[in-house]
Amino acid sequence: MSDGVTDLGLWGVPLAMLAGAIRVSTPFLFVSLGECLTERSGRINLGLEGTLVFGAMAGYAIAYETGSPWLGVLAAALSGAVFGLAHGVMCALPRVNDIAIGIALMLLGTGLAFFFGKPYVQPVAPDLPSIPFGWWSDIAQVRAALDVNALFLIGLALALGMAWMFRATRAGLIVRVVGDGAEAARALGVDPLRVRALSTAAGGALAGVGGAYLSLYYPGSWNEGISSGQGLMAVALVIFARWRPVNCFWAALLFGGAGALGPALQSVGVTGGYHLFNAAPYVLTLGLLIAASSPSRALAGAPAALGFNR
Amino acid sequence: MTQTLPDAPLFAQALGPAALAGLARRAEAVAIPLGALLAGLAAFSLFLAALGHSPAAFYALVWRAGFGTGFSWENTLSRAAPLLLAALCVALPARLGLVVIGGEGAIALGGLAAAVAAGIGGPLAPALMALAAMAAGALWIGAVGWLRHARGVNETISSLLMAYVAIALFNHLVEGPLRDPASLNKPSTAPLPDALRMGEIPGVGVHWGLAVGVAACALSWLLIERTRWGFAARIAGGNVRAAQLQGLPVGALVVGFAALGGAFAGLVGLFEVAAVHGAANASLMAGYGYSGILIAFLARHNPLAIIPAAVLVGGLEASGGLVQRRMDLPDATVLVLEGFVFVAILLSETLYGRCRVFAPERWGRA
Repeated sequence: MSDGVTDLGLWGVPLAMLAGAIRVSTPFLFVSLGECLTERSGRINLGLEGTLVFGAMAGYAIAYETGSPWLGVLAAALSGAVFGLAHGVMCALPRVNDIAIGIALMLLGTGLAFFFGKPYVQPVAPDLPSIPFGWWSDIAQVRAALDVNALFLIGLALALGMAWMFRATRAGLIVRVVGDGAEAARALGVDPLRVRALSTAAGGALAGVGGAYLSLYYPGSWNEGISSGQGLMAVALVIFARWRPVNCFWAALLFGGAGALGPALQSVGVTGGYHLFNAAPYVLTLGLLIAASSPSRALAGAPAALGFNR
Repeated sequence: MTQTLPDAPLFAQALGPAALAGLARRAEAVAIPLGALLAGLAAFSLFLAALGHSPAAFYALVWRAGFGTGFSWENTLSRAAPLLLAALCVALPARLGLVVIGGEGAIALGGLAAAVAAGIGGPLAPALMALAAMAAGALWIGAVGWLRHARGVNETISSLLMAYVAIALFNHLVEGPLRDPASLNKPSTAPLPDALRMGEIPGVGVHWGLAVGVAACALSWLLIERTRWGFAARIAGGNVRAAQLQGLPVGALVVGFAALGGAFAGLVGLFEVAAVHGAANASLMAGYGYSGILIAFLARHNPLAIIPAAVLVGGLEASGGLVQRRMDLPDATVLVLEGFVFVAILLSETLYGRCRVFAPERWGRA
């Protein structure tokens, strides 16, 4: 990689942000797709932040023990599904609040990840492979930017597949009906609690995969500071994306680009205000959340049973 | 004159039915959280046992490090002091139906504001520090309440995002413009002069934050239970539409309660700076805001119940170091235990009104 490094001047910033958008967006994409599925069924799972961290730990630990990063991804998905299923089953009890359970699972998931992840802070696990789409270029930065991880492409396919599922399949229709009201679902002979539990479990599995990407590809190691709110930002991103999977993909790219702003500026020598630039994704999320929310009416595109406007 | 049910015990027949019905309701409010707490501890015991550790040894260590001796009580109460105030930052907005989880940001900014105010100096510096800390916290969490009311922004997400922004702002200022050049390894603001350092409560061995925290809980209880603002807040927390139809100032209540909670969180920062660290640095972000969430839910957002809940969690967290050394468990063990207890408390919500022992009708039939 060291050959062909060209001084791009300030052009390095947009290029690094494009590279960052592709590299940083994948966890956002997976978590937001998972949350999109969960919320379409009428529940909010704020615990995905904890699921993401646990998935990062589980993925890294299993990849290290088995030597296969893909087994790590599988383990992360399974552990995420367990957390999601726990959320789904507990919220089926009367008067148990989905937002509060989400917060509790956020803390529990993070705690369990730190508990079991302690021995894996030092060892080095194998990374997930990436596909060099930038082979045609002589510029090292361009090649690095277009080094696309397979999970990114899988995420894109998932977004398209999920959009198709909601639009054209029976399963998608059932999730949507449940999300618009438990009564209507019961009238159709569908058990809404079961659909919600399964949707939350599937959403958790996706969030777990997002975590595995963090520890197995970028930044590519396991430590206790691996996620700083990406899981929670992804939940906000779903609101901005109006509960549409394909919009989740574009929003994830946008958030990835914002997340890359700090490191990109640093790479061209702008070091002052490092912490402020790193806060850009949070400010962006907050701004988009404010713009996307509305005081009076239910949000456009929101599943009717969703408890955001209690 | 009064007739009780045939199965009511003797002591029950000595009291009137109305008093008994009230007693049954209160007993429910105490018994269910306590039962949930025990269930959480039991679930954690199974977790430990499954990993081959002895739960009995664990709880014996927690008892010794957290509650067994005078020294451990000192340690526990020192940890409980910030937790009391941090929990109010969750419990006060919760009375209006808001789930605010970003107290950590208000704590950081409160501490920073206090450190900056200390630099201004003058005879009024202590009052200025307290005001600055409270104002910073109130502004931050008050904004969360305002966004919720005026724009319909989900306050749980916005408060946590604001906390990340606050911590970034804190790090930027403490590592940049406000950094004391003498702080080499750990960027800090200039150390407080000795005159502005806060001492301990005489005879207790704990800084004044504990007394202020207990007073804040008591005052918050009075505010909610005994004033018309608290009454209005309880109505608005139960049913916003009904409160608006009654002409209650829902917006002012939401922003006011959130800001008051934020002011208390800001005070955590003040005491951490003035009584513990002597300057604003990264040690301020010790997770008090997150423990406060658990405590507020454990207390079911009742400010008086926050006091025992904060002491309990303070004791648990005080024992973390000893547990880590003696049992060779990771330092996250206490986090896992807290997670189990949190889940158990939330699940117990489903039991209210469903345990027949506590049904007022059973005791209150005249």
